[in-house]
Amino acid sequence: MDYNFNFAAVWRDFDLLLSGLALGLALAMVSIAIGCVIGLLAAFGMISRRRLLRTVSSVYVTTIRNTPILIIILFTFFALPQLGVRLGKIESFVLSLSVYAGAYLTEVFRAGLVALPPGLREAGLSIGLTEFQAKRYVTIPVMWRNVLPSLSNNFISLFKDTSLAAAIAVPELTFYARKINVETFRVIETWMVASLMYVITCYVLAEILRRVEHRLAIPR
Amino acid sequence: MTEPLLRIENLHKTFGKLEVLKGIDMTMERGDVTSIIGSSGSGKTTLLRCINLLEDYQDGVVAIDGDQIGYRTQNGRRVRRPERQIAAQRAMTGMAFQHFNLFPHLTASRNIMLGLVKVRKMPAAEAKEIAAHWLTRVGLGDRGDAYPGQLSGGQQQRVAIARAVAMAPKLMLFDEVTSALDPELVNEVLNVITDLARDGMTMLLVTHEMKFAHDVSSKVVFMHQGRIAEAGPPAEVLRNPKSARLAEFLKGAKF
Ligand SMILES: Nc1ncnc2c1ncn2[C@@H]1O[C@H](COP(=O)(O)OP(=O)(O)OP(=O)(O)O)[C@@H](O)[C@H]1O
Ligand SMILES: [Mg+2]
Repeated sequence: MDYNFNFAAVWRDFDLLLSGLALGLALAMVSIAIGCVIGLLAAFGMISRRRLLRTVSSVYVTTIRNTPILIIILFTFFALPQLGVRLGKIESFVLSLSVYAGAYLTEVFRAGLVALPPGLREAGLSIGLTEFQAKRYVTIPVMWRNVLPSLSNNFISLFKDTSLAAAIAVPELTFYARKINVETFRVIETWMVASLMYVITCYVLAEILRRVEHRLAIPR
Repeated sequence: MTEPLLRIENLHKTFGKLEVLKGIDMTMERGDVTSIIGSSGSGKTTLLRCINLLEDYQDGVVAIDGDQIGYRTQNGRRVRRPERQIAAQRAMTGMAFQHFNLFPHLTASRNIMLGLVKVRKMPAAEAKEIAAHWLTRVGLGDRGDAYPGQLSGGQQQRVAIARAVAMAPKLMLFDEVTSALDPELVNEVLNVITDLARDGMTMLLVTHEMKFAHDVSSKVVFMHQGRIAEAGPPAEVLRNPKSARLAEFLKGAKF
């Protein structure tokens, strides 16, 4: 095979790829933040004594986890407007990704909460904290630190999933790569560069998050 | 007649069909140190947990300084108090647990400060001073910045006791605080408790350390199958058991 590599076209539009990468990271960050809030609420729903809350939470988790993420993205973007909910491309994608992340994080948080020794909450109550304060100052912070490694993995996964936003023309990395591909026909070069950008970003993210985990870990 | 510090009348507690406390009556005056002894499953832990409302109870009265804990009577019916009041009432008692239950993500000092700042609404600087004071009292003045995971079992238990006592509870509850410890760490914890007793702290403790119960208590209570079977001054109860059951229970104990 004597293919002549020519990256010139890709380099010319490299700033587009970079801006796409930045948008992807931002989408993942906002979505995991919202997903954490949803996940925490749904996790407490799952372990609630109230049956209604348990049902609502588990229907949410089961439905979302068993739906392909691309379907969630397309449904939110194309079907919600028919139901009168109009969102921009980016908002629509963030909504999809947050709801998707929330379902997975619900399981992470639920498992983290039930794994805590019951004595932790009771010690909080015994010094006079209310149930809410015991959650806020004791059980949630401890659980949070324990699940940080899972959170990191979820974040990296979510970042990769942002490439699906190309399907609704959100201008992130994959979207621009396809654009450059179509405009220049440097197919191999374009996708090689885009893939490498994902690989390097994920690798660096994993390293950074590992250090953050280490820093926030409960000392022992 | 003045109200005793702790008054328990006809306390009944069931877990589903299992009746664990079958009518407990007892009182404690300020400064009393009462030890509860009894075999496993007799309801000792459950009794302590009812006193600080970690368990609800089905019938009877638990009153501290005259306030009924957890419930009030409205139109002749017993209603559970709202969550805020219950939290405030829990802060009247301090509890030390068998497994310490320190907050692992906070330093020793911050473990003690949390309740002072969030419950007593104390400024952080003042809370920090109180934490330092109590850490010194339990012999850990230099370990305030250590995390629970960096302390030995005996040290953790002493921090846990300091955390409870720093809240200035009217009554301290101790549930077998030495039974999870290696034998060589038991004494450092018992010494702290003895020191608090000398200070006049009112304490109700569940223990298997008979010599300690004998030396530190003003009263010993023997529980059997959810009832108080014998109670009285330690010398009487421990040296001259009235029932065969207590004699059997005490067989081999040294004090
Ligand atoms: N949460 C619970 N649900 C059901 N049963 C319980 C619960 N907690 C305690 N029990 C039962 O209540 C009885 C008394 O238990 P408790 O823990 O008060 O005994 P104890 O005197 O403290 O025993 P030990 O010396 O082993 O600590 C036991 O039969 C126990 O199995
Ligand atoms: Mg017990």
